[in-house]
This record gives sequence, structure tokens and C-alpha cells, in this order.
Amino acid sequence: MIRFDHVTKRFSPKQRPALRDVTVEILAGAITGLVGPDGAGKTTFLRLAAGLLMATEGRILVLGEDPRESLNFRDHLSYMPQKFGLYEDLTVLENLQLYARLRGIPQAESQENIKRLLSFTGLEPFTGRLAGHLSGGMKQKLGLACSMLVRPKLMLLDEPGVGVDPISRRELWKIVCEQRDQGVGIVWSTPYLDEAERCDYVLVLYEGQVLFFGQPSEFTARVKGRTFLADVPPHERRHVVRQWLEDPRVVDTRIQGQRVRVVVRENGEDAGKKLPGLRRVTTDPRFEDAFIDALGGIPKERVTFRRNGNHEAVVNGREEVVVADGLVKKFGHFTAVDHVSFRVRRGEVFGLLGPNGAGKSTTFRMLCGLLAPTEGRATVAGVDLRKARAEARRHVGYMAQKFSLYGNLTVKQNLQFFGGVYGLRGDNLRNAIDWALEELELKPFADQNTIQLPLGFKQRLALACAIIHRPDVVFLDEPTSGVDPLARREFWLRIDQLVEQGAAVIVTTHFMDEAEYCDHLALINRGRIIAMDTPDAVRAMVQSPEHPNPTLEEAFIELLIRFGEQEGVETNPNTLLNDEKRSEEKTK
Amino acid sequence: MLERIRRLVIKEFLAIFRDPASRMVVIVPPLVQLLVFSFAATLEVRNAGLGIYNEDVGVLGRELVARFEAIPVTFSRVISCSNDQEVREVLDSQQALAIVHIPQDFSRSLESGQIPVVQVLLDGRLSNASMVVQAYIGRIVRQFVQERQLNMPPRHSSVDQIVPVTRVWFNENTSPMWSSVPALLAILTNLVALLVTSLSVARERELGTFDQLLVSPLRPAEILIGKAVPAFVIAYLEGGLMVGAVIIVFGIPFRGSLVLLAMAMFVFLLAIVGIGLWISSLAATQQQALLGSFTYMVPAVLLSGFATPVENIHPIIRWLSDIDPLRYMVAISRMVFLEDPSLDVIVPYVAPLLPIAAFTLFSAAWLFRHRLE
Repeated sequence: MIRFDHVTKRFSPKQRPALRDVTVEILAGAITGLVGPDGAGKTTFLRLAAGLLMATEGRILVLGEDPRESLNFRDHLSYMPQKFGLYEDLTVLENLQLYARLRGIPQAESQENIKRLLSFTGLEPFTGRLAGHLSGGMKQKLGLACSMLVRPKLMLLDEPGVGVDPISRRELWKIVCEQRDQGVGIVWSTPYLDEAERCDYVLVLYEGQVLFFGQPSEFTARVKGRTFLADVPPHERRHVVRQWLEDPRVVDTRIQGQRVRVVVRENGEDAGKKLPGLRRVTTDPRFEDAFIDALGGIPKERVTFRRNGNHEAVVNGREEVVVADGLVKKFGHFTAVDHVSFRVRRGEVFGLLGPNGAGKSTTFRMLCGLLAPTEGRATVAGVDLRKARAEARRHVGYMAQKFSLYGNLTVKQNLQFFGGVYGLRGDNLRNAIDWALEELELKPFADQNTIQLPLGFKQRLALACAIIHRPDVVFLDEPTSGVDPLARREFWLRIDQLVEQGAAVIVTTHFMDEAEYCDHLALINRGRIIAMDTPDAVRAMVQSPEHPNPTLEEAFIELLIRFGEQEGVETNPNTLLNDEKRSEEKTK
Repeated sequence: MLERIRRLVIKEFLAIFRDPASRMVVIVPPLVQLLVFSFAATLEVRNAGLGIYNEDVGVLGRELVARFEAIPVTFSRVISCSNDQEVREVLDSQQALAIVHIPQDFSRSLESGQIPVVQVLLDGRLSNASMVVQAYIGRIVRQFVQERQLNMPPRHSSVDQIVPVTRVWFNENTSPMWSSVPALLAILTNLVALLVTSLSVARERELGTFDQLLVSPLRPAEILIGKAVPAFVIAYLEGGLMVGAVIIVFGIPFRGSLVLLAMAMFVFLLAIVGIGLWISSLAATQQQALLGSFTYMVPAVLLSGFATPVENIHPIIRWLSDIDPLRYMVAISRMVFLEDPSLDVIVPYVAPLLPIAAFTLFSAAWLFRHRLE
């Protein structure tokens, strides 16, 4: 279908090439996962294959044609960019009709095609709805449908699963699988490593180079026998993770529910035994283990994280720093958050999970003091949010999804601003800035404009700005979206230490494996908490003889479906997502 | 609280001046606009076309034509027409702004001591310019006729021979620039203040940093002040820069008191910053903020008396002009430049700005708070 022969693509002679010496062949009737963090070259790969870019060096053949000579292959190709160009003010049906006309499909054929696609994607009940009013998942489905109007032989999908909740993601996956079974060749790019595991083939890209190409099982087989799960007393988990990581024989350690997951280096069998751990169980390797291993493991020097300031925080492990009591938020007649209650103690990571707009961001915003609750009580560090929101905000650190920093200010100026706004003065401020530059390894960039920083460093700076004033509670809103797995791991190592130093952390995330870092999880749907427990306990809720070892993602989907049944409503994620969508719009 | 605001103000200045693009946008365009508008927005008629339909075969007719041909600054093209059809075409195609029709008996009646009739046809589509041209043509013809009559023995004393002697005060050469440039100065200062204020919040909304501000201990009022101060300072300095440019580049006299202008500008900018904050509380994106600013600017300029006298505005909407801060600033700027107004003359123009400023600022603060929920 696609053949790349020593392909290199450079956008500017000064920068490293976006793709370097890539040689692969993509087959028909298979899903090839294009895996890698942001900036790895995934989109460049797809745009080259779609004939939208020309290679700097090397040769490309797509459906037997060289894009330099002929672009006829485009008639049999569907390309779905990250932001598919839906017309938000047209209905679902009108969008499909428009794209059919744009691609020059005869009237009779397009009508039949549209009908087939609508039933295929489950969008039939929504034909009259404006595309702008669809949820993220439905938009992706509509985009997919629009790109499939031509009955493609080859589909290039750029991160179709990003920003889409697990249920919609699963539906998208199903649609694509049916296409594959009809012999269509599919390239599905994704930053999620767990998505990669389900592909027939994977092309792993990192900084423009091919790290691996083949079946995912081959890739994970590289770390076979080197992965372990260790039982550790709960309160020691975070410490153990770090301690073991310092061992040169260890590639990667990470919290997984109540246990610690360890990956050791080659000839690891012995190394694993020598670790000063407790009881260990060998476990099946995962894609991420192999990925981290292929990158050479977590860099050791980044492990420790000194406390900010020399004052000893009063660390009382039992103190509840966040209390939400029957929180309700209504926007007009719509109840976005319906009696949500939970507590978070110092030294704890609390995860808020839920489909897009189930009310988790509204809850989040109430606790940060951005929204006033309609009913109920919330306190942060003992301050009632209804009475003294500005005072409560002093105890809170907030890291927004998109790393909201001032791009044309330097790293130092950003720190000065946030530190100053949070009331740090004089020596206190200087020390805190030194600490942040030192501990987050931002020193070399101190006088650089923030906008020029690589994504991973932006994330570090965002974290630094959020915690420079030593908050009691840190709110993280999808803190790791887009950053590569190493940076993500590093980020969590820091968060772990922050938690050990006495802070409480509340996090929302779409990465289900990230939810493993949480001490407690709350699963929110339609404004209510439908499950709240430790990750292990949540998994146990859906354990069954057929399914002895469910992942958190599976548990999540299962619980959502069960919840729907209890309510006596058909769990149509689309309708439920749309409620959320409305609430999000109102929140804005 | 002061420290927090100080931090925000510093950040705001850094954000504007560290970015080459926005640094440019703030400083260069207003100065360029001042130059371009001053030279473009002139009410003088230059380089116009003039059609002449001369039916007179006498010498005097030709001499009159020569008079018109001798002023290429105003009439760079003189087109002769030889029949009504051509006259129609020349006017219709806008080759000429006016047609001078010299009748067959022009020479004869002038020589016989009568007062001849000359027809002038004007293009009413350009009403302003054609009125200017009408007066000009009239003056040329009248002068020509008078000169001829002086060579002849007076038959009767005509009213036409009374010549009024005019003298223009404040703008001695009736240079249109003298009256338009000080007004433009007010308009452009208004524009800068409005844009900087309305864009600053919208930019943060777009970048997502606005939430970051809201979760910090900054209170809404502090954010508002932190946003208003830099915009105010930038517009104020820019205004000063333009005053300098007006005096040096255009050579327009500055006859009033600089202190007076500075004080009036201060109150005026307070009012404008309030309006800018209004727009920025409503706009979710920079694009919306930009659109909002121009939606405000266009009527504000039209109602300001910049191009047309405020008294000409229909009474039904004239009250809008009474609440347009720009109207007062345009008047103040013109007065301070061209005359040396005493306090009792200027106070009626400065005083209305105070309640307007108070209203825009406080209502913007109220709106800002309510839009956050």
C-alpha cells in the first residue's frame, strides 16, 4: 500500500529532520499503528503518504504511484487530519453531502454511501444535528465518515483517538476494524501506547527515527521475562519506586495500583531477584515497558526532587485538605454536577475520571475557586470556598491542560510573575525561583522565551509555576497530554515526591494507565460519582471468571455501562456526552 | 494587593514589548496612520478633471478657458467637449467633476457691458467635492468678468462689484490639515487604548492563561486594574508621541496649554479603557475583541464631529454623540492646538468626560465579575 524507501523530510536545514531515513512497507488489510510522542514525526509521515508533502530525500510509493509524478492515488485514499474540517454550522447530513460533492461522487452513489456510513457509525439518529453541537467522539466519527465517502483502499488517520473518551474510542476502533476486514489498509497514528498494542503492526517513531517496525507482540517480547510486579506496603510505594530506579540494573519502575511494576535490564532474571524488594511476581510485558526500554530507560539523574523552601510543612498524613460535601452546580435547568462528595488527605493523589464533560471539569473548577457551587460545601486547606475564594486560592496550585504560560516571557519571568502573584517577596521569591530552576532542571533555559521550549520543558515549567508558592493542594488538569512517555514518567516521579512532602494532588486524566498512580479514583458520569475507590478495588468491581485481570480502562467502560443499566437508560455515550458538552459550553 | 497588581502590570508590559509583533503593532501603525490619514483625509480638491464646453467663438471665451487651464493643481485635466452628448459622457464616466458651459453669446454680452451667464454642471455623486469646485469656478468666472468690466466705462454699479474681504481666524490659511490632524490625534489615541485593552484579556483567554490568573489569589478587580494600567500608559505615551509628531512633522501650531491637553487626555483615556474592558469581558477570542473594537470605533468617529459638524447630526441620534468621549476629545484637541482656550471655554468639554469615565470603568468592573461566573 505504502512503501517508504530511505525517506527523509526536512522543513528547515537548521533543525533536525522531521523524519530521518525511514524505510517501511505498509500492508493492505491490516491496521498499522503509528506510535510516538508529539513531535516524533507521525503527522509528517501521514502527510507524506497522502501526497501533501514531498520527501526531501528517498522515494515514496503510495498505491503503486509516486506522489511526485501523479496524485491519482488520492481517489482511493482517505486522510483524516487531527482536526478534521467539519463545517460546524452545517448538520451531520449536510456535512456528508458537501464532502460527497467536493469529492465528485455521483448523486446516486453518494446517497447510498451516506446511508451506509450513517448506520455504520451510529450517527443515524443525529443527522439533523449541527456538527458544532456534537461531542468530541461524535465529531471524530463524522470526520471518519466524511473521509470514507470515497470507499478508500487506504485510510490515513491522524490521532483519531485523542480527546475522545474511552467508549467513543472503542467505537471508532470497531469501525476501523470492519474496514480492515474488507481489505482496506489503515494507518492509525496515536500517542497512546496502549492503543498501539492492539494494532496488527506498529511503526514506533521517536524524534523522527524508526525505533521499531513489526508486530507489537515482537516489540513487547523484547522485554519478556524482565517485568515484575512487587507487593509493597501502600505507604512505601512511592519511596520504593524511586529507590529501585536508582539501581543501575533497573530500566523502569512505576506504581500500578497497590503494587510496583519493575522492568530490569537485559539478563534481568538475576537482577530482578537481587533487588531489595519484597515478594515479586513476573508479569506479562506491556508495550510501554518495551518502549521505555528501547529509549534506554528513565534517566537516573532526574529522580530526586528537593523540597521547595526550608520550612518544614506540618505534615499530618491524616489531615483532609480538600473536602467536597454535596457539591451541586446547575447551569439553568441543567445539572452539571449532582451532589458530589469526596475528601482528599495530605499525601494522597486523587483522580477524577469520566467521559468528556461528565462534570469532572466543572467539579474541578469549583474546587479551584473558579466557579461558585450552587449547593453544597467545599473547603480547601480549611478555608471555605463559599466564604473566601481568593484566600482559598492561595493554597492551591493549578496546572492547566495546555501548559498555560506566557510564551514571550522568559522562563524566569514566568516564575517571577507567578511567584509574585502568589505573594512571594524578596528573598523568599528568589529562593523559590532558584529552587524551581534547579529542581526542574530549567536552569539552562532560564532566559529563553517560553514559547521556544520543547514540550516536555514547557510542562516542567508549568508544574514549577503551579507549585512555586508551596501549595497544600495541587490541581492537575490532564497534565501529561502530548508529552512523551519519558517526560510523563519523570513528571510523575516529581508528583510522587511532592505528595510525600505533604501536598495533596487532584488530577484528571484520559490516560487510563496514569490513573494507576492515584491512591483513590472517583469515576464521574452525568454529574454523579458512580464509583470511588482505590484503583485495585475499582478493577475488582468488574472482575469476573471470564475476565480475571481487567485493565482500568476496561473497568471504566464496564462501570459506565452498568451505571447506564441501573439508571434504566440505554447507555448511549453520545447522548450522555452531549449533556456534558452543553455544560462545558455553559462553563465557558 | 498592590504587589500583586504590580506583578501583573510588569508582566503585561513584558508580554507586549517582548513580542516583536505586538511591539510593532502598538507603536508603528498609529504613527503611520497619522501620516497617511492626514494626507489622505483632506477636503481640498486637487487633481480633479474639468470639462469645458465652449460654444463661444469670441476671444473672451478662449481667455476664460485659458484661466481654467492655468491651474493644474486643482484641475489637472481639462477636457473639451463639443456637444451635449460629450458633456453627458464626460460627467457620467467621472472623467470630470464639473463642466463649465460657456454660451455662444458670452463674448458678445460681456463686450456689450452685460453680465454673461455661464452654466456649471456638477457631479452630485461627490457632493462635497463638487461644492468646493462650484465655489472655485464661481470665483474664477466672477473675477474674469470683473476684470473685463473694469476696462470698460461703468454703465451701472452692480452689486457684484462689492467685494467682501474675508479673514479666517485660528486657521489663517484655511489649511484643512490644521483642523483634521488634531482630531486624528484624538481618534488614533482612542484606537490604541481600545485595542490594547480589549485584546489583552482576549489574548489570555485564547492562550488559556486566563484561568491560570483566575485561580491565583488575584481578585477580579486586581486583574482589571492590572490590565487597565498598561493599556492606559501605552496609549498615553503614544498620544504624547503623536502630539510631538503633529507639531514637528505637520508644523501645526500649538497655541494652548500642554498641561490642559495632558489632563483632558487623562480623563478621556480613562473612559476609553473602560470601554476596552467592556469589550474584553465580552469577547472570548482576539478576533471578537478586534471586531468589537471596530464596531465601536466606526460610529464613535462618525459621531465625533471629525468629518461633519455634530450640529448636523439628526436630533434623534445626536444624544449618542453626547455620550461619545471622542466627540469631546476631538473638540478639545482642536481647541488646544489652534486657539488658546481659557478654562471656562474648555471645562464644558472636559467635564462630561468625568461621568462617562466613571460609568465605563465601574460598569466594566461589574460586567467582568459577572461574566466570570
